[in-house]
Amino acid sequence: MVLRRGVVCPFCGCLCDDLEVEVEDGRIVSTKNACPVSRSKFLSHAEDRARPMVGGREVSVEEAIEEAARILREADFPLIYGLSSTESDAQRMAVRLAELTGASLDNTSSTCHGPTVLAAQECGAVKCTLGEVKNRADLIVFWGCNPAEAHIRHPIRYSITPAGMYRQGKKERFVVHVDVRETRTSKMVNQFVKVQMGRDYELLSALRAAVRGYEVKEAAGVPGEVIKGLAERMKGCRFGIIFFGMGLTMSRGKNLNIDAALRLVRDLNEHTKFLIMPMRGHFNVSGANEVLTWLTGYPFALNFSRGYPVYNPGEFSAVDLLSREECDAALILASDPAAHFPAAAVRHLASIPTVVIDPKVSLTSKLARVVIPSAIAGIECEGTAYRMDGVPLRLKRIVDSPYLPDREILERIIERVGG
Amino acid sequence: MIIKNGTVYDPLNGIKGERMDLFIEGGRMVEEAKGEVIDASGLIVFPGGVDLHSHIAGSKVNLGRLMRPEDHRRDPVPRTEVTRSGTGYTVPTTYVTGYRYAVLGYTTVMEAAMPPLTARHVHEELDDIPMVDKGAFTMMGNNHFVMKYLKEGNWEKLRNFVAWLLKATKGYAIKLVNPGGVENWKWGKNVEGLDDQVENYGVTPREIIRGLARVNEELGLPHPIHVHCNKLGTPGKFGIVVDTVETVVAERGRIHITHIQFNSYGGEDWATLSSAAPEVAKAINRSEGATCDLGQVIFGEATTMTGDGPWQHQLFRLTGNKWYNSDVEMEVGAGIVPYTFKPKSLVNAVQWTIGLEVALLVEDPWKVVLTTDHPNAGPFYRYPKVIEWLMSRKAREKTLSEVHRAASSRSTLPSLDREYSLYEIAVITRAAPARLLGLRRKGHLGVGADADVALYEFREDDIEGSFSRAKYVIKDGEIVVKDGRVVKEHWGKTFWVSPPGELPEDAREEFERYYTVSLENYPVEPEYLPRSEVIPCG
Repeated sequence: MVLRRGVVCPFCGCLCDDLEVEVEDGRIVSTKNACPVSRSKFLSHAEDRARPMVGGREVSVEEAIEEAARILREADFPLIYGLSSTESDAQRMAVRLAELTGASLDNTSSTCHGPTVLAAQECGAVKCTLGEVKNRADLIVFWGCNPAEAHIRHPIRYSITPAGMYRQGKKERFVVHVDVRETRTSKMVNQFVKVQMGRDYELLSALRAAVRGYEVKEAAGVPGEVIKGLAERMKGCRFGIIFFGMGLTMSRGKNLNIDAALRLVRDLNEHTKFLIMPMRGHFNVSGANEVLTWLTGYPFALNFSRGYPVYNPGEFSAVDLLSREECDAALILASDPAAHFPAAAVRHLASIPTVVIDPKVSLTSKLARVVIPSAIAGIECEGTAYRMDGVPLRLKRIVDSPYLPDREILERIIERVGG
Repeated sequence: MIIKNGTVYDPLNGIKGERMDLFIEGGRMVEEAKGEVIDASGLIVFPGGVDLHSHIAGSKVNLGRLMRPEDHRRDPVPRTEVTRSGTGYTVPTTYVTGYRYAVLGYTTVMEAAMPPLTARHVHEELDDIPMVDKGAFTMMGNNHFVMKYLKEGNWEKLRNFVAWLLKATKGYAIKLVNPGGVENWKWGKNVEGLDDQVENYGVTPREIIRGLARVNEELGLPHPIHVHCNKLGTPGKFGIVVDTVETVVAERGRIHITHIQFNSYGGEDWATLSSAAPEVAKAINRSEGATCDLGQVIFGEATTMTGDGPWQHQLFRLTGNKWYNSDVEMEVGAGIVPYTFKPKSLVNAVQWTIGLEVALLVEDPWKVVLTTDHPNAGPFYRYPKVIEWLMSRKAREKTLSEVHRAASSRSTLPSLDREYSLYEIAVITRAAPARLLGLRRKGHLGVGADADVALYEFREDDIEGSFSRAKYVIKDGEIVVKDGRVVKEHWGKTFWVSPPGELPEDAREEFERYYTVSLENYPVEPEYLPRSEVIPCG
């Protein structure tokens, strides 16, 4: 039996790196420090594995790779999408492949924190790493997110309860949850503020006004005195932070909500130290944005058909390309759009030659023409992942795998499309 | 390979424009060789350029790219048979960065600000920058353990920690950015001078600078401490540079003041801003062990990005432009604000004079390095414009006549006759930075040097054009640029240092308590530097 310590969890954007994993006869038998979701990812990593397929027929991996390359070579306007649940070398290869095939290239941020990127491109953002929060924050606001269920160890490791340099635990922090309904997160906080559905922008704007000293009345169902109280608390803390999730990015207003939140935080820096951070979901969706940005200048939703990267969310984002039936082939890497995209987009995905590279059987792999099984990054192969705050960590190989890593599959496709 | 009949400028070997042949074999300069002949008649031959301060890789650079799609859109770079695509303008993508340096004839570039916690990110990007050799400076001026051991006066632990941190981050040099001020910024504050207190630590910027300078020499690091001074970008605060230099040289230490232009401001506020270049140049002139690079302003678009969080907040408040702030636990901060240097702006015109004044007033060219603090005062690929201003008084007068008149009345630039020679240009762009970095095979063309060579068709009437597109660039003995175009993609090395010293025992527990990553997951693994070379200390 081998005990691996300091294992980085390849599940969510928290990228907890204190896991212990026990391996017996090449099989993972137990985990320590892992949250329930993480534990299940480790323990069931060998289940539901995809098989190499072409047109519903099981083939050799080589044959599947050959067919994938043929599809991409022959396509006029292919789409490469996903990227967020794999490591950064695979993401680098995906960019190379997109460049060579003149493809559109998008990652899952176009359906999660894409609006966060758009807002930051308008006004910037005041950010920090999670250790700053643990060591200094005395005011924490969770807005439109539910860490108790989606980022399970976030409150323990980074935000609500950890003992840091200047804050010894929950008692020395005031925690607020703003959301459209109470969730398990609301039970962990000092104050819950219920905002009416789709009216976050209004509440954020009222808060900005209150911070600037204007009288505010009720907004988004929140009484004036609550808004005023929160604004005073924000101005009066020594170190505050807003963590926000898809409740803010994907509700009415989208990037304008984020723009309002970013500007509120900017304003608060006239009074005290205040920061803001998106709660990124997939373990390396931050990395997908980073890699695409250093190679192309743009974080998502771009296209290479002119021989250079062009950026246009709404035009080159996957949902839009598919719904408008524009792309004539697709390669899906480490993502399951058929499970999440609107019906029209999924219909088109099913109607064009689609290649899926994924460790597991998924809804998308079921409708794909070509399936290429891959090793799971962070369990079966190494690589780099970027935490929600941009801190990069080295993923470990815990067990061997008969499958190729994503980056190697992509390299072989690249060789065959003429890279 | 033989480079035949070129006019060679090789300051480290005392060669000042002599017609001669050069020989290359196995990636090095040699006495005699056969093979391909490059006819260099009518061309000038320089060692490959060396940039010791540029921002090309890492979290802050990438935030600069992320926040500025408008900057990229006007400068798309299509792929070719040999090169990959990307975008510019002020913060080019990694591949484009490598290609553009190569076309200028630069073959070694240092990333000047690596946050330890995100060092992996820096190395991942460096690994995607082709054409040049590279390295990165590890930021330490606001590090928890540095300040703690300084307060305790425990030199042994400080020395061990610094050595360990350089190895853990695969860094090349000790970088200080607004020492102490960035820690205070984590509470929304700053320091106002060298003797202000850092909150909760009970140390001062002066103690941090002095301490790290001492450790730097004790470890025998190849490069001096590399300092971005306190109160950067503040009118009237040039005295801090002078004081910082004197603090270090008084103890016979070495210090490199980076982008000195941004710290050499006289006057009392922005309306009364004037150049304090003469005072600052005087301090450099009289201080053995002190050197500087310019941070020369280029008019046009820039993206300011520094580890100096409070300064970037000030710049945001001044301009109202978009603002990124990025604080890193236990170590550093950073900020990014787009900026446009306008010729008709009083402030920008005066800023423009200062870098040139320093270059012309520091008597010994070996103490000066040409930089724009890319992309802070302008993109690196505008270096040829700076060369033109330095070599031609006429070119300076032309620009002076086009910019705000304060440039003439609040600076000594109009009175300066000095014109740099080609030899001196070779010093400030090659020989001096290589020597300052302690890279013995760089910056010269003597036997044993790396075969990094740049050949230019030099025209007196178009100095900028002459240096913008090298006729040939040879990297590690291979022709990589011909007629101003990249003809071959080449992968350089990453340099780092490995001084003796381990993490002090008592740091382990504190590390696990206050960081959010495990100690074992902190050091950058060798996989991130597939091609690297350790430069010896001592």
